[in-house]
Amino acid sequence: MNASSIDRITSDAGEVDAVTLKITERTKKIATDGTPVDELVVNVGPSHPSTHGVCRVITHVDGEIVTKAEPVIGYLHRGVEKIAENRTYLQVVPLTDRLDYVGSMYTNWAYSRSVERLAGIRVPERAEYLRVITCEMQRMASHMMSLGSTSGDSGATTAFIYSFDIRERVIEFFEDLCGSRLTYNYVRPGGVSMEVPDGWFDDILAWLPIARQSLSELDRLFFGNHIARGRLKGIGVLSAEDAVSWGASGPVARGSGVNWDLRKHDTYSVYPRFDFDVPIGSNGDAYDRARCRLFEVYESMRIIEQAIEQIEPGPIKADGIPRLIAPRPGDAYDHIESARGSLGVYLVSDGSPRPYRMKVRSPAFCNLALLPMLAEGHTLSDLVIVLGSLDPVFGEVDR
Amino acid sequence: MTGYVGGLVFGLSGGMVIALAALFGVWWERKVAGRIQMRLGPTEIGPAGVFQALADTIKLLLKEDITPRQADKKLFRVAPFLVFTPIAMSLVVIPFANGWAPLDTSVGMLFYLAVPAVSVIGILIAGFSSGNTYATLGGIRGAAQMISYELPRTLSVLAIAILAGTLAPVEVMARYEWWWFPVSLLGFIVFFISSVAELNRAPFNIPEADSELVAGYFADYSGIRWAIFMMSEYGGIVATSYFGAAIFLGGSQGIGGVLGVLLIFLKAILLITVIIWVGWTFPRFRSDQLLTLAWKVLTPMALVQIVIVGVIIPWL
Repeated sequence: MNASSIDRITSDAGEVDAVTLKITERTKKIATDGTPVDELVVNVGPSHPSTHGVCRVITHVDGEIVTKAEPVIGYLHRGVEKIAENRTYLQVVPLTDRLDYVGSMYTNWAYSRSVERLAGIRVPERAEYLRVITCEMQRMASHMMSLGSTSGDSGATTAFIYSFDIRERVIEFFEDLCGSRLTYNYVRPGGVSMEVPDGWFDDILAWLPIARQSLSELDRLFFGNHIARGRLKGIGVLSAEDAVSWGASGPVARGSGVNWDLRKHDTYSVYPRFDFDVPIGSNGDAYDRARCRLFEVYESMRIIEQAIEQIEPGPIKADGIPRLIAPRPGDAYDHIESARGSLGVYLVSDGSPRPYRMKVRSPAFCNLALLPMLAEGHTLSDLVIVLGSLDPVFGEVDR
Repeated sequence: MTGYVGGLVFGLSGGMVIALAALFGVWWERKVAGRIQMRLGPTEIGPAGVFQALADTIKLLLKEDITPRQADKKLFRVAPFLVFTPIAMSLVVIPFANGWAPLDTSVGMLFYLAVPAVSVIGILIAGFSSGNTYATLGGIRGAAQMISYELPRTLSVLAIAILAGTLAPVEVMARYEWWWFPVSLLGFIVFFISSVAELNRAPFNIPEADSELVAGYFADYSGIRWAIFMMSEYGGIVATSYFGAAIFLGGSQGIGGVLGVLLIFLKAILLITVIIWVGWTFPRFRSDQLLTLAWKVLTPMALVQIVIVGVIIPWL
């Protein structure tokens, strides 16, 4: 039976309460032809193999068809924005690591840019290049995580391992750079924390062709598979209008054909100096979103190569930054293109060395809001594909 | 009385064979999967990790046998055996050596096709009695899938039965000629695909769908009851591979003794390896795609195979 032909008439439980919801609770439904339909409530998550963290989706299914999917967030809420109010500007940087824990470099950078704008700090050119290189590598790592989980969600475990192989190499480079594998604390207000180790650039340049090769291998293994295409194509179709009006950004919006990439359209740092393309999808389905991510990895490799070619020796930290940055009263907002979309940080200063207020504009949160709209009418199997194609990171969603 | 004793001995030895097959199957799968995924697989316990599965079995035996509170307890406890027994029984008609099967009956192929199909009842019971929505959905999916794939599987075997003029697997193996393989290739493909689906193996592991339904119909099972589900899966793989090797690939090809046993074993291992290879490489089908494949692709293919054989037979 088609899900759209069913109208909700009565409900035993009334409005479904998130706390008192029982697992096997059934809601009575009546189809348009008058026959009653039993609807099963499946509680997906918060601990589930395919919720990419701790997301709970209260899913109403009619047979296999999802009639309603309601994400419940907040399981990873740590109050980062509030904690930031009691810390100095430099002490907040490690907190931002824990926001988007798949792409810590971005949150570091978005926060640092906001502080720099607030305090009027000029960043040395070499630091800007290092930020671009690390963040593009982070984009590779993050997209490999996303592609890996998309294939994992659809049951292709080997493609999952292949993409994590590429990701692992990036993480190893970061380990060489700053000692951490996940929370880097590398990009800081005024520059970056450490100079690159000897031969780091050469190692990256030597690795990039290998990465290209393994990426095309992954492309053939997963996207070249008939079953994979059948699973991803036409699933969770998002129109360009909806993408814009729901505030979607990143590969989710670009997969729907919205040409919106902050690196091009509100350009920052040294990005205007690089020659790169922005992959745009046309159908807005899970397949196009995944393909956008795949091609963005290739573009990131191009940017890294150009950046390593252009980078020149020089200072990596701005001169004369006090340990206690105390900007003049005022506010500042700055955003960058993270792997998930437009990541912005809004800061208000009251003149003290601690931020008066910090607000993070999280792209993952905005993208996740699309889930009920996209999943409805698809099967339960497609729900995890749609959720995976939105690529939420719950550290950033819940903050 | 001797009948009971014989049955007991036979049942025990059959159980041992399946347990050994499962132990070997788990180890072999982990090794092959490891190689596919740029890993080594188990290496620590025994040479090349051969005793890894044994260690896992000991662990599973020592684990607590949990029955969830909301489960229908009697059905929940009996379900694993309802899945396991029919699959164990199906091994009885498989010719493990030239001219020998544990039970050499004239309806062997029919027996093999009909009896394991009963395990779908066990899967349904496991799904419904768990009192868990994942398990319920898994049970329903399992029933839909296994019933759909019965038809193409049976039809594909029919082609060989027509060629051989018998339903006894031992006889089929004895009468096998090399040109049967190209003639029955289509049927072999249908048999292979629908057997993988029948076994709920990837890419058809929709009833257990680890990324959607966590573990599907056996999500709530633990310890040895869970291991029995696993054993029936591997027992099914071994049975299918041996049956396919005997019926479609000629089995021992008339070679008697140890060499013949070895030959059919190698052919079965080849099929097992292909099942593992496909399972670890392909993404999973969606349930509607699965049914489309069964009814719109495999069933017509099996019918075409029967027509091909029917056209050839009068020319012999």
